Amino acid sequence: MKLIYYPGCTLKNHARNFDVSTVSSMAELDVEVEELERWNCCGTVHALGSNNVMNRVAPVTNLVRVKEANASEFMTSCAMCYNTLKRANIDVKKRSDALDSINKLMYLDDIKYEGDVDVLHLLEYLRDRVGFDKLAAKVKKPLTGLRVACYYGCLLVRPKEVAFDDVENPMIMENLITALGGTPVPFNLKTECCGAYHTVGNAEIVADRTNKIMGSAHEEAADLVVVSCPLCAFNLDFKQADAKRLNPEFHHLPVLYFTQLMAIALGCDESALRFDLHHIDPQPALATRGLA
Amino acid sequence: MAITTVRISSSRLKSPFVANVERIAGQKLMACYQCGKCSAGCPMAPHMDILPNQMIRMAQMGMQERLLASNAIWACVSCMTCNSRCPKNIRIAEVIEALRNMALRAGRHNDRLNIQDVPPATLAALPPIAMISAMRKLTS
Repeated sequence: MKLIYYPGCTLKNHARNFDVSTVSSMAELDVEVEELERWNCCGTVHALGSNNVMNRVAPVTNLVRVKEANASEFMTSCAMCYNTLKRANIDVKKRSDALDSINKLMYLDDIKYEGDVDVLHLLEYLRDRVGFDKLAAKVKKPLTGLRVACYYGCLLVRPKEVAFDDVENPMIMENLITALGGTPVPFNLKTECCGAYHTVGNAEIVADRTNKIMGSAHEEAADLVVVSCPLCAFNLDFKQADAKRLNPEFHHLPVLYFTQLMAIALGCDESALRFDLHHIDPQPALATRGLA
Repeated sequence: MAITTVRISSSRLKSPFVANVERIAGQKLMACYQCGKCSAGCPMAPHMDILPNQMIRMAQMGMQERLLASNAIWACVSCMTCNSRCPKNIRIAEVIEALRNMALRAGRHNDRLNIQDVPPATLAALPPIAMISAMRKLTS
């Protein structure tokens, strides 16, 4: 049975490294992945207003596409897509009036949405379906000695209805890194917001967040930081120049997607890594551990 | 001795503004007992003129003008830390979103972000996830 995969907009643009490393790693794990046909934007950020039905249309359309593919579940590796799709799904299941309105708006689709699709994040798929033990057995190039700070940000753990691990101290990414042979480090700020969309109009807020979050990883002598959100990746990686201007003591650290480390450990081809898309080149840090 | 007259009125507490905030947010504002946990954990608090617990208090009191003119409602990025820690299970982020919605809906030119003001070089570097989320939160 094929696993339906929802990449999302940014994974087809600035975060192609996240897309190719996800697909390549799954191939090494013998999971047959099929990209969802006719997917559209997830909606990007869940609208919190109780009267906002319009912003649920984009996510629910994708859930209908999953039904069209004769599937009852699908996986995404983007934390933002996961969060938005999952919350819209929970919301319309609770509110039949909103779901009715959305189905009426989507009158051109033969299939109606009835709350019958499950949204999975890649991390929970790896833990619950593949299993970290089985994953560890497939490692060809263990991440020996690599000190990894795992950053969750907001979207994987909040609100608690969407969290698949502890809200305050999640460990699923650390457990993945351990399975890959690496060394996860303690990381106080791993669930503290990066500043998100303030990167568009309030860059100084993001510079401050990046300085604090990456500084905390550096204090733990991390070689690099891994993330699951392309917005966190952009802020924590590309805004390091701003953080350095704010704090001359700031120490640059590479930011990778967890799937890139998985691709390295599972022996994927170099084309699955796309380090050319990074601001801080991860290769020197990886080379010190014999991984590049 | 001068005589001061103090008039106490509950009219603001029952104002349409308070009812609207509660309706859009889907929250009961009076559940808050001001423990301050939301503000203590808020990563955006250093960038706010009014703290989250103060926003809730001011919303209870119907202080519409002060709230809608604050920068705090725009500094909040809905990270949900306050929601996950509130001992009264109030969704503070939903209350703040309701305030943003009311500010955005109050007129035709109230957008907080004007995309034409962002320098073209910045715009070209931004990933779709940043652009779309900013537009969704800061424009009507």
